Amino acid sequence: MTAMPADELTCKELVELVTAYVENALPPNDRRRFEEHLATCEFCTEYLRQIRLTIGALGNLPDESISLEALAELQNAFRSFRSQG
Amino acid sequence: MLDDSGENESADADLVAALQRRDESVFTTVVRRYHGPLLRLALAHHPSRAVAEEIVQEAWLAVVQGIDRFERRSSFKTWLFRILVNRARTRAEREGRTVPFSSLVSEVESEDGPAVPADRFVPTDHPEWAQWAGHWMVAPKSWGESPERALIARETRALIEAAIAALPAGQRQVITLRDVEGWPSEEVCNVLQISETNQRVLLHRARSRVRAALERYFDAESR
Repeated sequence: MTAMPADELTCKELVELVTAYVENALPPNDRRRFEEHLATCEFCTEYLRQIRLTIGALGNLPDESISLEALAELQNAFRSFRSQG
Repeated sequence: MLDDSGENESADADLVAALQRRDESVFTTVVRRYHGPLLRLALAHHPSRAVAEEIVQEAWLAVVQGIDRFERRSSFKTWLFRILVNRARTRAEREGRTVPFSSLVSEVESEDGPAVPADRFVPTDHPEWAQWAGHWMVAPKSWGESPERALIARETRALIEAAIAALPAGQRQVITLRDVEGWPSEEVCNVLQISETNQRVLLHRARSRVRAALERYFDAESR
């Protein structure tokens, strides 16, 4: 087995940097180390993929919408405030 | 017609002006647009749906009553969501559930487990693999050929909602606005009044936990 370069990230370190990475908030040197690790580690590549899938799934949850009763109540409040003003 | 993202200042000014002259159709459009995100953010503060809905109604009433005094020091959207956050925090304080304002910061500072449990990596004192310390021992398994499809199934959505509901309050608030509602980090920091760094810490923990919940689901499915 080849020895790891001295500044290579471990997988354990990488998973803690993954949010900073996808947020584009890593300093250039850390970003380089992150990408060098990914290039040779299929497991961390899979981990990053799962984080991206998770973000995508969170963004696809159905929207909450207002009930007609609640909307009517607010419209009434808006109107009555107008008539006072 | 209505660009109230806050990015377009003149559109935001038009919106506020329309509300100030009591244009009901503009009010209805704004309510329809923001009610869902407001309700999600209220739920992130208060787990009871009935209470969350009350908080949202209160926030809208405060908008109706306060719009004439709105000075546009922030975008309308930021103002609206701050009203909601303040209502939700006041309510939590009254009910003695959390310490408001400082609570997000103390949540950031409190210990929270790693993104992935330490026992899934090779320990430094491993008898044979010590030179691989910190590398995966129990690696993440693939989520299959087309995980995107599985992720939009009703069952998976319910699981994601449950995973969000199980998060500590600050993580829940941040992931709701960032990932569920798709807001940029700057807006989230503005509305929740936290620093960029604290926001990222909470987001990181929240995403890690939701991923872990999905991983348990996919692992059980493939067994």
